Amino acid sequence: MDILANLAIGFGVALSPYTLFLAVCGCFLGTIIGALPGLGPSNGVAILIPITFTLGLDATSALVLMTSVYYGAMYGGRISSILLNIPGDEPALMTTLDGYPMAKSGRAGDALVLSGVASFVGALLATIGLMLLAPSLARVAFLFGPAEYFALYLLAFCTLGGMASNNQAKAALAACIGLGIAMIGVDSSSGLPRLTGGNLHLYDGIDFLVAIVGLFAIAEIFFFIESHGKGSSIGIKLDKVTIPWKDIMATKWTMLRASGVGFIAGILPGAGASLGSFLAYMTEKSIAGPNGGFGKGAAKGIAAPEAGNNSAAGGALVPMLTLGVPGSGTTAVLLALLMTLNITPGPTLFSERPEVVWGLIASLLIANFVLLAMNVPMVKIFVRILMVPAWVLLPGVTMISFVGIYSLSGSYFDLLLMIGFGVLGYFLRKLDVPTVPVILGILLGGNMEDALRRAMTLSDGDPMYLFSSPIAIGFWIAAIAGFVAPMFLRGVLKKPQKHPTDGPID
Amino acid sequence: MASDRIFGLVTLITAVAYIAAATQIQTNFFSGEFLPKLFPLMIGAVAVVCSLSIIFKPDPDPAWPQPPTWISMGIAVVVLAFYAVLLTPLGFILPTVFAAGILSYQISPRIRPAILSGIGLSLGLFVLFKYALGLGNIVAYRIPTAAKLWDAIAILIPFVGGH
Repeated sequence: MDILANLAIGFGVALSPYTLFLAVCGCFLGTIIGALPGLGPSNGVAILIPITFTLGLDATSALVLMTSVYYGAMYGGRISSILLNIPGDEPALMTTLDGYPMAKSGRAGDALVLSGVASFVGALLATIGLMLLAPSLARVAFLFGPAEYFALYLLAFCTLGGMASNNQAKAALAACIGLGIAMIGVDSSSGLPRLTGGNLHLYDGIDFLVAIVGLFAIAEIFFFIESHGKGSSIGIKLDKVTIPWKDIMATKWTMLRASGVGFIAGILPGAGASLGSFLAYMTEKSIAGPNGGFGKGAAKGIAAPEAGNNSAAGGALVPMLTLGVPGSGTTAVLLALLMTLNITPGPTLFSERPEVVWGLIASLLIANFVLLAMNVPMVKIFVRILMVPAWVLLPGVTMISFVGIYSLSGSYFDLLLMIGFGVLGYFLRKLDVPTVPVILGILLGGNMEDALRRAMTLSDGDPMYLFSSPIAIGFWIAAIAGFVAPMFLRGVLKKPQKHPTDGPID
Repeated sequence: MASDRIFGLVTLITAVAYIAAATQIQTNFFSGEFLPKLFPLMIGAVAVVCSLSIIFKPDPDPAWPQPPTWISMGIAVVVLAFYAVLLTPLGFILPTVFAAGILSYQISPRIRPAILSGIGLSLGLFVLFKYALGLGNIVAYRIPTAAKLWDAIAILIPFVGGH
């Protein structure tokens, strides 16, 4: 009953006409962002944060808008997977495997509707799971002290790094780059500058938004210059869109199973939506056996990754909200949004700002229904938007990024820094160094150091204090396992390489 | 192979420099002697280990772009840098026409579409920001004096412009 009462508070916040309007705008924008190849959810949310901030929206409205964008992008990613055979974002990669063959056989409309419904089922179940699980996890999180938090942050870096790259050393280095950048600025305890090189612009530290927009959005320009924006033309004809009831009924168990698998994958810190859709697809493929027609346009092959992907997107919000540790690149960007709004995620968020948490959950539920309505009858509009050529789209996105970052501080220094991060992002991605740990490092570096310092102060400098509780030891073991295991599992967990995956991450 | 070795060497030097800088961090009575240095030193140490691992176990080289593409990307960086410093003295509209147009040309080298997208994006985004989002103060246009313009560009010239 507690949950229902809380949900009532949430809907009280989220059901005003203004927030509903924001939810619709967010869903629409998000679907476009997800659908356009090269503009993934993390990218889109990152560009929009500074602008939301400048618009002066209050915390709840901003959250509603951005989470709608987040969910919308997860829905939208499938559109270009199915029509262009290019995943709009990385989690949508698995959808290309069966979505494109189905579209090629003249059933593009069916594939779009079926994947839309699967997205809805996955996202709805995950939101309900978030509602049930998050408050209890928040209660457990109250038991965490500085030693546990330090180990938890480490766990997030290890599992994220383990999953994100083919080379462990590169993933760990990426985390070090991020953490190292986070140390720059005035130290809160001594009031003296650290590692600024005497540059006054750096005394406040490097704004994580500058780094995020640089690494994601600006780096994308260089990739488009390199590829000359090739491969973004639609070769599939989309006729009348009807609802394929038969396929939907035939895949109902697939959707439910995939949602479960995806949700669990999403909760694991660092794993995220890509793993969710991958595991969901593989599970269904092995259940169906060699006669399931997977890879040739099977309905189940479309439903499973889409339900898994969207469900993982919801699951990833659980550790982000309760522990302040994001489960994926996009949730890392959402964490940046919360920090910009002066909301500190963690167990206290649930007791101190229930209207924020439950307003967010309620708006996720609303966003789901809005998205179902948008993605089934109105899918043709988004298909039209896919035809915007890269030579208009990319300069447009860049200019929006510049205005957004410029509006934060009005200083040229942040803009130059952002360009620098863009160049860095290009080289990192070229060299197969994942950029998400960099972002996570910049975001969490301060908190991680605080946890370490408090642990050292409490224990009078005894390093063994970090391993002093069973929870902390459990995190350390999980962290080491999460970092080492992918080295051995790589053969088993090999992603099917359909396209060069130099697209944005998660 | 070679790419990773160079990359590892660059990060190794950076990490060592970072450690050196971390040992020089100023401390005072409130922070204690050691705590402000502890975490930066740990980060630097891990980065050194990672860099060595990358140097000794490099991955295969990625497909690097051809020289003309490098030139295009270099032009893009220069254009964006000028855009960054000219946004304050010149305002939004004029710099955006050039920046968006040139970027568009780098992605798809055709003159007319590039000019059109430069002008279109500049005016379209101006209307969007000013009238739909109410950010008129940020995208306002200005007419600068020659001195201000020079001050802005001087930022990009090492040792001439200050911080």
